[in-house]
Amino acid sequence: MRKEKDLIFEMSKPGRVAFSLPQDELEEIDLTDEIPAKYLRDEDPELPEVSELEAVRHFTELSTRNHGVDSGFYPLGSCTMKYNAKVNEDVARLAGFTATHPLQDEKMVQGNLELLYQMDQMLSEITGMDRFNMQPAAGAHGELTGLMIMKAYHKQNGNEDKNEIIVPDSAHGTNPASASMVGFKVVEVESNKEGLVDLAALKEVVSDKTAGLMLTNPNTVGLFEEDILEIAELIHDEGGLLYYDGANLNPIMGQVRPGDMGFDVIHLNLHKTFGTPHGGGGPGSGPVGVKEELVKYLPKPLVEKDGAEYYFDYDLPDSIGKVRSYYGNFGVVVKAYAYILALGAEGIKQVSEDSVLNANYLKEQLKEHYALAYDRICKHEFVLSGKKQKKNGVKTLDIAKRLLDFGVHPPTIYFPLIVDEALMIEPTETETVETLDQFIETMIQIAREAEEEPEKVQQAPHNTVVGRLDEATAARKPKLRWKSEK
Amino acid sequence: MFPYLPHTQEDRAKLMEGVGITKIDELFTDIPEEVKLDRELDLGQPLSELEIKEKMKELSGKNDNLEEYTSFLGAGVYDHYIPSAIDHILLRSEFYTAYTPYQAETSQGYLQAIFEYQTLICELTGLDVANASMYDGASAIAEAALMSTAVKRRRKEIIISKAVSPESREVLRTYCDAVDLELVEVDYKDGVTDSEQLGELVSEKTAGVIVQNPNFFGQLEDLEEMAEIVHQAGALFTVSADPVSLALLEAPGNLGADIVVGEGQALGNPLNFGGPHLGFLATTKKNMRRIPGRVIGETEDEAGNRGYVMTLQTREQHIRRERATSNICSNQALNALAATVYLTLLGKEGLKEVAKQSAKKAHYAAQKINQLEDYEIVFNGPFFKEFAVKAHKSVEEINEELLTDNIIGGYDLESDYADLENGMLLAFTEKRTKAEIDQLVAQLEGVK
Amino acid sequence: MEIKEGIFYTESHEWVKVEDNTAYIGITDFAQDALGEIVFVELPMEGEEFAQKEAIGVIESVKAVSDLYVPVGGEILESNEDLYDAPEELNNAPYESWMIAVDLADESQLDDLMSAEEYENFCKEEEE
Repeated sequence: MRKEKDLIFEMSKPGRVAFSLPQDELEEIDLTDEIPAKYLRDEDPELPEVSELEAVRHFTELSTRNHGVDSGFYPLGSCTMKYNAKVNEDVARLAGFTATHPLQDEKMVQGNLELLYQMDQMLSEITGMDRFNMQPAAGAHGELTGLMIMKAYHKQNGNEDKNEIIVPDSAHGTNPASASMVGFKVVEVESNKEGLVDLAALKEVVSDKTAGLMLTNPNTVGLFEEDILEIAELIHDEGGLLYYDGANLNPIMGQVRPGDMGFDVIHLNLHKTFGTPHGGGGPGSGPVGVKEELVKYLPKPLVEKDGAEYYFDYDLPDSIGKVRSYYGNFGVVVKAYAYILALGAEGIKQVSEDSVLNANYLKEQLKEHYALAYDRICKHEFVLSGKKQKKNGVKTLDIAKRLLDFGVHPPTIYFPLIVDEALMIEPTETETVETLDQFIETMIQIAREAEEEPEKVQQAPHNTVVGRLDEATAARKPKLRWKSEK
Repeated sequence: MFPYLPHTQEDRAKLMEGVGITKIDELFTDIPEEVKLDRELDLGQPLSELEIKEKMKELSGKNDNLEEYTSFLGAGVYDHYIPSAIDHILLRSEFYTAYTPYQAETSQGYLQAIFEYQTLICELTGLDVANASMYDGASAIAEAALMSTAVKRRRKEIIISKAVSPESREVLRTYCDAVDLELVEVDYKDGVTDSEQLGELVSEKTAGVIVQNPNFFGQLEDLEEMAEIVHQAGALFTVSADPVSLALLEAPGNLGADIVVGEGQALGNPLNFGGPHLGFLATTKKNMRRIPGRVIGETEDEAGNRGYVMTLQTREQHIRRERATSNICSNQALNALAATVYLTLLGKEGLKEVAKQSAKKAHYAAQKINQLEDYEIVFNGPFFKEFAVKAHKSVEEINEELLTDNIIGGYDLESDYADLENGMLLAFTEKRTKAEIDQLVAQLEGVK
Repeated sequence: MEIKEGIFYTESHEWVKVEDNTAYIGITDFAQDALGEIVFVELPMEGEEFAQKEAIGVIESVKAVSDLYVPVGGEILESNEDLYDAPEELNNAPYESWMIAVDLADESQLDDLMSAEEYENFCKEEEE
């Protein structure tokens, strides 16, 4: 299985081309007459010189060295690796969308504006918020935007001393990173033994300095924060705002809405919950939604409707401004829109039910073989601990690598930080019973191997194109680009 | 039944039995009764695939798209030709249905592609280290500003030229307001950044200075001169560059830039109403550990096979949490892949040809328009593929006239620059033909 | 796990060795084992002054990052720049790889530190 792959630069041969462009119609123009030499490049950039077939084969071979949802099971916790419907790819490639320029006159792009307007309404309905803006490009970008809104709100109300954001210790790393980027002091609150926010601990850290609390609900261990109404009251009583990290919205759609639970600001991950492809790490889309009193702080522009005509409203004096150019990752929003159309109200609710059912099924079947961090009904995901296996010298990392041999993408590992040797498993609703059973069988086999032949697990993976890679050397002596030998 | 939801009634019964429940509701008893949704969401009936296609065709059909027009609109987003092979690669679902390459052994394809992307960006920019992409050009500028303040601790001021795209400056303004950085704008003079004024403004308080080249007006900046001014004050110099121009223009890294960023859309990504695109960000080896976002590095497995991993991860949010260099997690990987395939297909000669043809067409148009009585070229310095024209009427009026002849005119500069009354920014790519330019000139002449 | 006699220890797993009036500071075997493969260190500049227990540097492994706290206050006399090129020495020989040398300002601060024996007990408790 082991096989190295040349870099495109190593395949390069001077004189080969993979492009065809129209003939230069303006040979009479000599650019060196127009642009003084001091602005021009002395040496060409080392771009590859290959034929079209070589280029296509190269990237096709690279794709075969990669695992996606279409290749096999991908239970990566907190990432909601559900099926990405093909029709969404098709409709997002309609020239009527892709060939529109963001600076075209509004009258020429009424279809785009209508889509954005309707998406705002659909997301508001699903989450119980009043208004959405699609500008943030990803979840973390949505967080940043939401926190800017919270900061602007407190500032305008004369509460600039509200400078603390409370974040549970089980939170995604982006939460504290986003909060501190916006200049908030991050205050961590502990989880209790049940894996939920510890109310007593929360009471201790909430004060008149509290600007807000960032919460993922269900949280990163897959549990619904049952005390959410009490938590909301605690924060609101001190004049703080409640921020909803929408990474885990999938299992509660149609069941309960963040807006009804007391959340004031929310971001969604269209690339998780609403079935748009993750693209190998992006593009995502992280729309931000707010309650009525915060609408005026949303990024600009907002799409408004006047009679039958849609327009961009830039006249928002209290807006935090733009967080990204234009209107966000529009092409991603198109796919999410098509996804919601396909499911409708009934399907959206079925999504949440099946995602929760699948996660609980896996949890129940696996808890005999692996330590279960929190033994109770979970939502879309649950966390196992590899601590039983660790006693035989088999670490969670080894278990993850062994899964690769079975064509399964491993779960999220070593997160959340509050669980030792964590394996965070999220099957999603799009997987069949057969796939789940196959995964259970594989996990049981690995647990057995960990006891009977630990080396086999410790030395995994065995069937991948490369073996375990030396990350320490990569970080000590970083080699971050190819360089020509000449 | 739904095509994306596989369970039969029998499957659900089996699963419920495995969980030890008899009703689905038992899975949701942890949600407080008083907030449980007691109605169906108002989202309408599910649509079939055919109906979705019809509906989306109808919506997209309400737009006038650039395939139906001859467009001279640019201002940061450009209608360059996109070779067919790119989308075929992007549709390899092992790429687009994957996520962040957390498990290196099963993500070698993407990791290698991004390693190639980083190399290409380094080659274009003349710098040592590039990250795996940012959201877009504007947020890359904002990240460069934040990075400058991280490198130059205690300095809390960013200076940006007014000849940088207004869209990017607005985004930067939002970031600076939020993180309490002082943002100072330096004027332009004769279409380029006023370097004399820059010299007066930059001080020991300045963490970074940001300019754009070619600038928003398409004009070429004297980067070397400005780099010296900036470095004398001990600040970092950031250049936002059009990547296509870098086939022709000197790499900013060779002229003293510490950070080079830019909007990568022009490299094989459709206009898409402004996104998804990608931002690129490169810097010197010295500032490697301050770079935001994901970085891919080369290494070996235990048998000595070459492979690629995400590296320098301790800078990132999932490890450093509140002290990360940036909060970015998802980036624009698939757009960076498009850029990689684009630069591979175009290659050394092709990108140069695209840059040359675009620039030549712009220069041809400028010569022609300059001969028209009612129009004048606003700035006289050297330019690349865009230039500003001053008309005798408002740009809105002119564009309306042009539209009747199926031409989308240029960007209205007056909306951002009060001093550029009736100013229009025209953009040219290799896609525009000489005949189309002649037609534009004839139409402009006809507007009375 | 190795604990060396005759030097001082902190609860944040630094060791302190005093020669004349100079305190050499490094991280313990326990610390390097917990961090895993160390890939990068960031150390203060010569001449900078710090109060006791201030964070003065950073130690990074592949997947963890940890602050270096100065157990005794004073002026930085020297940082061990060899570690920039060979951070793995902190794994290989933690007690030979001092990170910074501090001009000991207040000898009484040594009283706040643990002996080898005390540190051994402390580590045992930590492991449980």
